[in-house]
Amino acid sequence: MSGIASIDLRPDLAAIAAHVAAGSRVLDIGCGDGDLMGVLEGEKGCDARGLELNPVLVGRCVARGLSVVQGDANSDLTNYPDKAFDYAILSQTLQTASRPDLMLDELLRVGQRAFVSFPNFAHWRTRAALMFGGKMPVTRALPVSWYETDNIHHVTVDDFRDLAKSKSAQIERSWFFANERAIAPMGANWRAEFAVFELSR
Amino acid sequence: MSATSSTYSLPKPLPLDSGQALDNAQIAYETYGELAPDKSNAVLICHALTGDQYVASEHPITGKPGWWERMVGPGKPIDTDRLYVICANVIGSCMGSSGPASVDPDGTPYAMRFPVITVRDMVRGLAALLDGLGIEQLHSVVGGSMGGMQALSLAANWPDRAARVLVIASTARHSAQNIAFHEVGRQAIMADPAWAGGDYYATGASPDNGLAVARMAAHITYLSEEGLTAKFGRRLQDRSSKSFGFDADFQVESYLRYQGSGFTQRFDANSYLYITRAMDYFDIAEEHGGKLADAFAGTSARFCLVSFDTDWLYPTAESRHIVHALNAAGAKVSFVELSAPNGHDSFLLEHDELDRVVRGFVE
Repeated sequence: MSGIASIDLRPDLAAIAAHVAAGSRVLDIGCGDGDLMGVLEGEKGCDARGLELNPVLVGRCVARGLSVVQGDANSDLTNYPDKAFDYAILSQTLQTASRPDLMLDELLRVGQRAFVSFPNFAHWRTRAALMFGGKMPVTRALPVSWYETDNIHHVTVDDFRDLAKSKSAQIERSWFFANERAIAPMGANWRAEFAVFELSR
Repeated sequence: MSATSSTYSLPKPLPLDSGQALDNAQIAYETYGELAPDKSNAVLICHALTGDQYVASEHPITGKPGWWERMVGPGKPIDTDRLYVICANVIGSCMGSSGPASVDPDGTPYAMRFPVITVRDMVRGLAALLDGLGIEQLHSVVGGSMGGMQALSLAANWPDRAARVLVIASTARHSAQNIAFHEVGRQAIMADPAWAGGDYYATGASPDNGLAVARMAAHITYLSEEGLTAKFGRRLQDRSSKSFGFDADFQVESYLRYQGSGFTQRFDANSYLYITRAMDYFDIAEEHGGKLADAFAGTSARFCLVSFDTDWLYPTAESRHIVHALNAAGAKVSFVELSAPNGHDSFLLEHDELDRVVRGFVE
């Protein structure tokens, strides 16, 4: 259907795709052009739904046969019933939310479990750019300058762990990536460019 | 393109929401393409208020191409090389299906004795036609505007009848503003002395002036201010200065008059009364205990809703309202608001993004 296989996915999406239970009900928030949804439906027999702000991307998803609603994750998650999904997925969108803490609540309300992925602002490259350059970092993981970026709430691995704890959200599993490859969790707060967390409550 | 024109005579009286029944109902319809042996490729296209069954064939009165010819045909987004397309004139209309201009069993036109119908009654007629064609489940039901209302009504009341439901520029209920505009149109018709209480069929006159005014008022609601400004602005019609009279000085006046008078050539004034009434009565939630989500509980159909950002007749909020209800019902639903300059009418006009969405959904 989608023409995308799990091996073609961005590493954080591939990690999510690999750990979503087959045949589950999934809401992909900020689903983009539906690559992850396509894999979940095509390879794992999931019932996947998407939410995406950009109408052009929504059009592409619909054209691929995916069920995607155009809307704003900041306001529209309230329209989904409690625990309507086995998983709510938020990939590289948390840091663009107007209130990431409230969005995390909504994820764990509509989904039994949540996957959240984000770029880690405490990666050593970001730290170095700020420390030695004295300017907001523009790195491989954060390629857009401060005045254009959608990332309005930069977050680190340790920040996210704190947020999960304060929300009584259980971190079930986590995965970390640098240079497009999975890395060990040791020292993730400075070594990881991207992080993926699986949460429950 | 090559079409087959047919008329189906309902074998039984058609029960109506009013409690009445319509005897000897006829439904005129066009078909395009070939029905697969397993009847799995039938697409029902539902037309809008003043539309008809000639979705992709020349209109017999105006000689104009079908009203959605850019969407329906060989290789088009609704591809008749693959799909069997049915488009039927709704009951209450005037292009061959039973309506107020049809003759009753006594041989005289019904006029205002035609029973008041609802959108659900129209769809009940369409479902009877599908029964007659032996089509149990449609591949898709597709409609814009009032056509979208029919598609929603089919999904809500005959939930197994369509596998895919595509609703464009439509709504689940008529708003006070929608009803208000329709009432202006109806009053214009009924204020025309030639309307004669609806009994004008034998008089040789018809309430063309009233019907034209109704069409002019409605036509404004189909366009956007931006579109009108771009097309006409304040430009004058074939003159260099204002006439200080009441001719059509402005291009927009001339355009509306042309739209109004052209419409009277092809549409029956009483049909306009009946169909606008049906639309005003439309409220799917009300039919299902007041909660829209309940109308779609347990549906297995896939839905796609499309709205246009300049449509103020059935604005995006109405489509979102339906999407939220479908989400609450756990239905598979897609929704996109497309950007288009031409208001409600955008669904009939050139729009590449709309084509892609329709093609992808009706796969």
